[in-house]
Amino acid sequence: MTVNLASFLYLVSGILFILALRGLSHPTTSRQGNLYGMIGMGIAIATTLALATPSAGRFGLIVLGLAIGGGIGAVTARRIAMTSMPQLVAAFHSLVGFAAVMVAAAAIYAPESFGIGTAGDIHAQALVEMSLGVAIGAITFTGSVIAFLKLDGRMSGKPIMIGGRHLINIVLGVALVVLIVLLVGTESKFVFWLIVAASLVLGVLLIIPIGGADMPVVVSMLNSYSGWAAAALGFTLGNLALIITGALVGSSGAILSYIMCKGMNRSFISVILGGFGGETAAAADDGIERTVKQGSADDAAYLMMNAQKVIIVPGYGMAVAQAQHALREMADKLKANGVEVKYAIHPVAGRMPGHMNVLLAEANVPYDEVFELEDINSEFAQADVAYVIGANDVTNPSARDDKSSPIYGMPILDVDKARTCLFVKRSLGSGYAGIDNTLFYKDGTMMLLGDAKKMTEEIVKAMDH
Amino acid sequence: MDALQKALDQLDQATAAVRLAVQDLANAPAGAEAAGNAAHALSGGAIDPFVFRFAIFVLAIFVGYYVVWSVTPALHTPLMAVTNAISSVIVVGALLAVGIAASGLAAGFGFVALVLVSVNIFGGFLVTQRMLAMYKKKEK
Repeated sequence: MTVNLASFLYLVSGILFILALRGLSHPTTSRQGNLYGMIGMGIAIATTLALATPSAGRFGLIVLGLAIGGGIGAVTARRIAMTSMPQLVAAFHSLVGFAAVMVAAAAIYAPESFGIGTAGDIHAQALVEMSLGVAIGAITFTGSVIAFLKLDGRMSGKPIMIGGRHLINIVLGVALVVLIVLLVGTESKFVFWLIVAASLVLGVLLIIPIGGADMPVVVSMLNSYSGWAAAALGFTLGNLALIITGALVGSSGAILSYIMCKGMNRSFISVILGGFGGETAAAADDGIERTVKQGSADDAAYLMMNAQKVIIVPGYGMAVAQAQHALREMADKLKANGVEVKYAIHPVAGRMPGHMNVLLAEANVPYDEVFELEDINSEFAQADVAYVIGANDVTNPSARDDKSSPIYGMPILDVDKARTCLFVKRSLGSGYAGIDNTLFYKDGTMMLLGDAKKMTEEIVKAMDH
Repeated sequence: MDALQKALDQLDQATAAVRLAVQDLANAPAGAEAAGNAAHALSGGAIDPFVFRFAIFVLAIFVGYYVVWSVTPALHTPLMAVTNAISSVIVVGALLAVGIAASGLAAGFGFVALVLVSVNIFGGFLVTQRMLAMYKKKEK
């Protein structure tokens, strides 16, 4: 195969990847898009093999590697619970990051195979691109590992603050630049591994101060990083598929981070600097006794069965309690009784972008009953019941009305405008932001204290009477 | 006589002009060649391939920007899963290392990378497929 033909085929696979993302503009075209993605990947792999023409032994090794990895990947994809999707995505990002480091290492140990010069005489430009790729890759790797541990609950979701971490980060950043300059000058493998080490440490330090609830931003950001790492290596290898894909993934992750930040009304910088969002942050206790109206499952069932319109607001608590199936059963009962049921999703509900939508889809909730904040917010005023399950801060009216509130300005779902707001919650504690939810004390609010799944199941039972 | 002198001068000037024009004509091919070289350079002959790659990179960022904004928020999780899967196209580097690297160490690094990204390729696309299969419309 000629190099020109190969370049052309890499371009084709890059375009197929663009089509894969394009397909996601609607659920009906998305499956075809995913297929385009797979074909694009197949073309990229086949082209590389045809171009490199490895010996039979090496070819066997490639097949072995693909089989081991592919087997693990396929089994994981089949077995993973939908509620664990944020962890899975974080874990996958870490793999891309580490693979980028390994590919760069291979390139510096065998530059001839990559067409970037000979050992001891690697093109300076290739060295710069490679070191950028390896630095971003290593940061993605350890950063994603930390994000995975936090999302999986193997590490506390609380922000871990190290004294002087900003200074340490700046020093590490400067050190990285110096090391890259050194690498270009000396092509020393030792310096290369120093870059790897510094970036690994930086990845850990960047992510540990970020709290669990800011994870949607972190996961999107790491997604973006993995793209930039791939693009940097694409320049080293002169590979169009890699450059195009890296740019696509990089901008995709950046846009998602932006959407998540906007959903929380926080700047990207403040999220990255961390320190916000300890999940168990203490509630602000102002010493004022306020009354809360509590209700039972029977009350809730009665209210909803006699309603005309019910809007369900799911949040991270629904994912934790795995309440999505019970929730749909409840919605089915209501619909059978002639009640109009809709779902309202806040952009930062859950632990990653679109987290709630996937869980509802898993429970067979049709996607045309699920609405985004801006599309449904005006409907709460006409709703008889807003059923809030596992969401908290995204419904807090202080964000809208109280200028002194730390979350003031964050877009919220106006559940307080519904005639009755049923709020399912384990206890009267505050949300991740550590802010008291004034919604609890409003006249139209009825608290349903209990586990999200159990409470919903009890309501379903009560509806049968 | 004056008139004749004037006419002769004008004739001289005219021949000089013609001579210049002829010289220009003779030089013309060389000029065209220079222009051709400039055009060749403009169309890319003498430009570092990096510039082209960078151009593609920048354009792809723009394409990504518009394509991703058009993704429906309901599919943001599948979007992350699929972008993750396609970023595994870094597999081309791993394949080169395993396939032809002379250094055993480099081939080893390549093999590690190959196994990791294979997890991602298969895992990423299959989990995306699994998620997308769940999105259904209202039964009517």
